[in-house]
Amino acid sequence: MKLHEFQSKALFGEYGIPVPRGKVATTSDEAYAIAAEIGGAVVVKAQVHVGGRGKAGGVKLAKSPEEAREVASKILGMTIKGLTVRQVLVDPAANIQQEIYLAITNDRQAGRALIIASAEGGMDIEELAVKKPSAIVRLHIDPLVGLKVYHANNVVSAMGVPREHYRAFVQIVQQLYECYIKSDAELAEINPLVITTEGKLLALDGKVIIDDNALYRQPKLAAMRDLSEEPESETKAREAEITFIKLDGQIGCMVNGAGLAMTTMDMTKLYGEADGIGPANFLDIGGGASSDQVAAALRIILSDSNVKSVLINIFGGITRCDDVARGILVAYDEVKPSVPIIIRLQGTNAAEGRALIDAAQIPNVVSAETLTEAAQKAVEAAKKAM
Amino acid sequence: MAILVDKQSPVIVQGITGKQGGFHAKLMMEYGTNVVGGVTPGRGGEWFEGKPVFDTVSKAVEATGATHSLIAVPAAFAAEAIYEAVDGGIKLIVCLTEHIPVSEMMKAVAYVKLKGARLIGPNCPGVMTPGQAKIGIIPGMIGMPGHIGVVSKSGTLTYEVGFALSRRGMGQTTFVGIGGDPVIGTTFIDVLQMFENDPDTSSVVLLGEIGGRAEIDAAEYIKNHMTKPVAAFIAGRSAPPGRRMGHAGAIVEGSEGSAEEKIAALEAAGVRVAANPEQIPDLLAS
Repeated sequence: MKLHEFQSKALFGEYGIPVPRGKVATTSDEAYAIAAEIGGAVVVKAQVHVGGRGKAGGVKLAKSPEEAREVASKILGMTIKGLTVRQVLVDPAANIQQEIYLAITNDRQAGRALIIASAEGGMDIEELAVKKPSAIVRLHIDPLVGLKVYHANNVVSAMGVPREHYRAFVQIVQQLYECYIKSDAELAEINPLVITTEGKLLALDGKVIIDDNALYRQPKLAAMRDLSEEPESETKAREAEITFIKLDGQIGCMVNGAGLAMTTMDMTKLYGEADGIGPANFLDIGGGASSDQVAAALRIILSDSNVKSVLINIFGGITRCDDVARGILVAYDEVKPSVPIIIRLQGTNAAEGRALIDAAQIPNVVSAETLTEAAQKAVEAAKKAM
Repeated sequence: MAILVDKQSPVIVQGITGKQGGFHAKLMMEYGTNVVGGVTPGRGGEWFEGKPVFDTVSKAVEATGATHSLIAVPAAFAAEAIYEAVDGGIKLIVCLTEHIPVSEMMKAVAYVKLKGARLIGPNCPGVMTPGQAKIGIIPGMIGMPGHIGVVSKSGTLTYEVGFALSRRGMGQTTFVGIGGDPVIGTTFIDVLQMFENDPDTSSVVLLGEIGGRAEIDAAEYIKNHMTKPVAAFIAGRSAPPGRRMGHAGAIVEGSEGSAEEKIAALEAAGVRVAANPEQIPDLLAS
């Protein structure tokens, strides 16, 4: 789960990392009031979960509260990469002398936390990694040992920061690591961490991603989820404990298991791409595929008006396909979908399951034996409806 | 011969009196797995389907000589169960549990390695040697004894491909589901190495997906070390970047982890990559 910049910086502040004393506004008048309270020049920053806010015009300097109001009224409501800006952060403007990059992230290959730091911050770290890899310091931390002072010392020494700030940087590395561990973060990034012309250190921008699997023990962070940035269908699916991601194709997919769900999407693209047809969603219904779950999943899929056909692909292992077929028929009766549905049952008791579907003789419902056949039929049905 | 588990391997189930653990312990026994007992704290002295239940792993190991363990406990207790298995002397741990925090797995995986045990998973369907034994939830009906090794990040996709192979009479040595989490105990390379060294395995199927670089590393290993033919499928060609596709590890981050990148690396290593998983039997037969 991504935190907004203002949430990330507030979290950093809790661990002692110096952050600007800004506040969040949802109206231009609030932005005015915050700017007046801060005094002097401020920066008004769009709070949305995408990169490149600056380039899109979502970050602006304002020299007075009046100007802050004007700038905020332009940024609030603007759309950045498909997301509407609903709140802005108003921070005091900083006089930047040097920009530094500092992040801690999970290195999945190594199975360890990785500290990434550079005294040449400000730009995108992936870009820097290509242009000047020697400017980046990397250090893995053994999870059984954790971060020791000498680790932080090694990082800061290798970065080559100004001597007078050496100790302060060592402390910030330690504080960021503590924040990363205690928040169950996948990423805790400060970019840039600046040295101001007044000789102060400040985390000017921050990005934190929390491990979804740890949210159960991070209630305070879990409560920070911004539902306004999520399609309603995804919120509903999460409540029904169905894994669902909205995409922009025409074939609604309902599958058991994440790997097979992705594969099913891929098949609709493989056979539909030439006609501009592809998956409308990722949906993993999980283990049981009971009629309740199937009905909930069908409703979520059909709430998307782009959907022109639905492909249900269930591999019955421990689950029996005849049970699944009964579940689908009950759900069908309840939801009464108007688009064609292609059902492919394979595995345990698949023939019995298919027989049940066929015997029900529902117009618009077709069964298929192989995934290839099912995907081709779903593409055909979508093509006809377009 | 097979890898990781055969019909002699003595197995305990951690969480055997739970709903999941009990259900799958029974299916494992029916399949022929040598389940010698189970562990549930506070339930020691009871019996489950004729097998003794113990309070602790170390007591179970002492009494039964178990070397293999299945962990079927909720996410909040799973890392603890892994430590207990290692300290109890278990050599092969299969952890089914999904949704374990990554920070817990980083520590647990490091500990397992430090102590010289092997962990399969977490968030995996387990291991099955057709005709002999299974540890986990892979349905018996998808496999038949033979000479193809199957290693996969996903559950139902494995069943799909196993079923397609068996239907064509192409049997398997062992299925290994390594799991879809970002940090796992056993990697593609570990399993490829086992299949390469297993005289009974003549070819290998690798089922990967978007996210991370495990398939890229596997391609490198195949190019440099494998003599046996490998066929593969990579799921997630149609997945958008930056979104987590069900599995915690299935996410394209920045430029890393895309299906295209993985397919290109595997093809460059001489692996035949299917665009459709139902074509895998054809790729192996040709």
